[in-house]
Amino acid sequence: MSNGAAAAAAERVARESYGRLVARLAWQWRDLAAAEDAVADAFAAALRHWPAQGVPDAPEAWLATAAHRRLLHHARHVRLTLDPHVTALFDEAEPEAPENHAVPDARLQLMFVCAHPAIATHVHAPLMLQAVLGLDAKVIASAFLVSPAAMAQRLVRGKARIREAGLRFEVPEDRELPERLAAVLEAIYAAYTLGRRALDSPAGDLREEALFLARLTAQLLPGQAEAWGLLALLLHAEARRAAQFDAEGRFVPLQAQDPTGWSDDLIREAEAALWTAARLRQPGPFQIEAAIQSAHAQRRATGRTPWRAIAQLYGVLVQHHATLGARVGQAVAQAEAGEPAAAMALLDALPPEATGYAPYWVARAHVLGLAGAPGRQAALQRAIGLTEDPRLRDFLIAQLS
Amino acid sequence: MQYMLIFKETTAEVSRRDDPAAAPAYWGAWQAYVGALHASGIVVSGNGLQAPRTAIHVQVAGGKRQVQDGPYADTHEHLGGYFIVETASLDVALEWAARAPCASAGSVEVRPVLPPPTNAPA
Repeated sequence: MSNGAAAAAAERVARESYGRLVARLAWQWRDLAAAEDAVADAFAAALRHWPAQGVPDAPEAWLATAAHRRLLHHARHVRLTLDPHVTALFDEAEPEAPENHAVPDARLQLMFVCAHPAIATHVHAPLMLQAVLGLDAKVIASAFLVSPAAMAQRLVRGKARIREAGLRFEVPEDRELPERLAAVLEAIYAAYTLGRRALDSPAGDLREEALFLARLTAQLLPGQAEAWGLLALLLHAEARRAAQFDAEGRFVPLQAQDPTGWSDDLIREAEAALWTAARLRQPGPFQIEAAIQSAHAQRRATGRTPWRAIAQLYGVLVQHHATLGARVGQAVAQAEAGEPAAAMALLDALPPEATGYAPYWVARAHVLGLAGAPGRQAALQRAIGLTEDPRLRDFLIAQLS
Repeated sequence: MQYMLIFKETTAEVSRRDDPAAAPAYWGAWQAYVGALHASGIVVSGNGLQAPRTAIHVQVAGGKRQVQDGPYADTHEHLGGYFIVETASLDVALEWAARAPCASAGSVEVRPVLPPPTNAPA
């Protein structure tokens, strides 16, 4: 077997099993960082052995054994150098992972630990991307626009926190599940939007990783409507990704996109996920956002966008979850539905931090333009100055005049 | 904490300044960025710089003065300007660095400003 084929096999196994292996070992050894190191070593060993010996019949079991051996080896090494009173504790440090029938997959337990309330919110997504998917700190740092050293430190602290606080690798009780699940879903959503923003950097892959996690979460918790809602939302966004830039790489806003360029398959999958969510009768913000995207997708069939319905959906979304993005979206939908004055009132009521948010200024320029009011140019200028993506910036500059 | 945002432009990016087709977009992007930066209230000081060809290099080597016109030879990235900003965290400074027009055609270096020496006379 060639090196390339062995590497490709290892990569396929990696994506599927990495998180599962880390989760199982982290549970057994109560140490996320050590589990990650051991699994990384096991993958390195696989790349050394598989090209010569062939890929084993049960690659994940092979990796699990290699990683486990690694941890044992390390523990023995530590044991020799430690006080016997301390090392006596090692023997009880290897309980079997409990058979939790409600949770068919250890990766989900790992996601819940990474999004635990005892860990700072801004570390949830980075920790999850590293623990479940094995992304390295440098890639994560680029995506989150943080210095690699600082990101590495945050990840190390997060893992230390898991160890110190003895966070249990369990899925939360029914009572606290919705709240904890919300943190998991938020982290996946953050990873997706960062991936969307990235140009051709390694962070672009985050998009696919996030979709993978969203699919996984919905499959593992099929009774949770918000998990399906997030999946539907991401699939709708993904369906329009190719249409967002024209052949010359220029940005095309949603309203100017040709709906025939949207992906039928992804829209169908998104609609199916949204239906699954709706049947569960547990409304939530991700489902409403997905419904808004579903309404936009209607233009493909009917040729027009149902702005009035979209404005109403945004109204409900804002009641659930009054984020800046939702409130700006609400204002734009109101304006498009023929009420620019109401839209301007909504924008004027936003908190001061909106002035650092490029979409706010884009919306403001748009609403002022619709109303024929002065100030459109100045608002566009602010939007241009706050925009990071050069393609979007060029588009906005072309709107000046 | 104060940081310096150091804007580095490629030779191709610098040449857009004088290209009639590209200049409006070039200056438009910078004007908007600098405007937004000032509006955010974090600017301590800063300036754009004239084209690299206007530079004069001065060196004293072995007690002998050497004066040269133009940018340092073989340089592909040129200092286009700088800002000192006062932000609550490095993350905010990095966010502004990423928004600079030269971040996608060149690079932005972010460096913490050296605090005054603690033993300085009051």
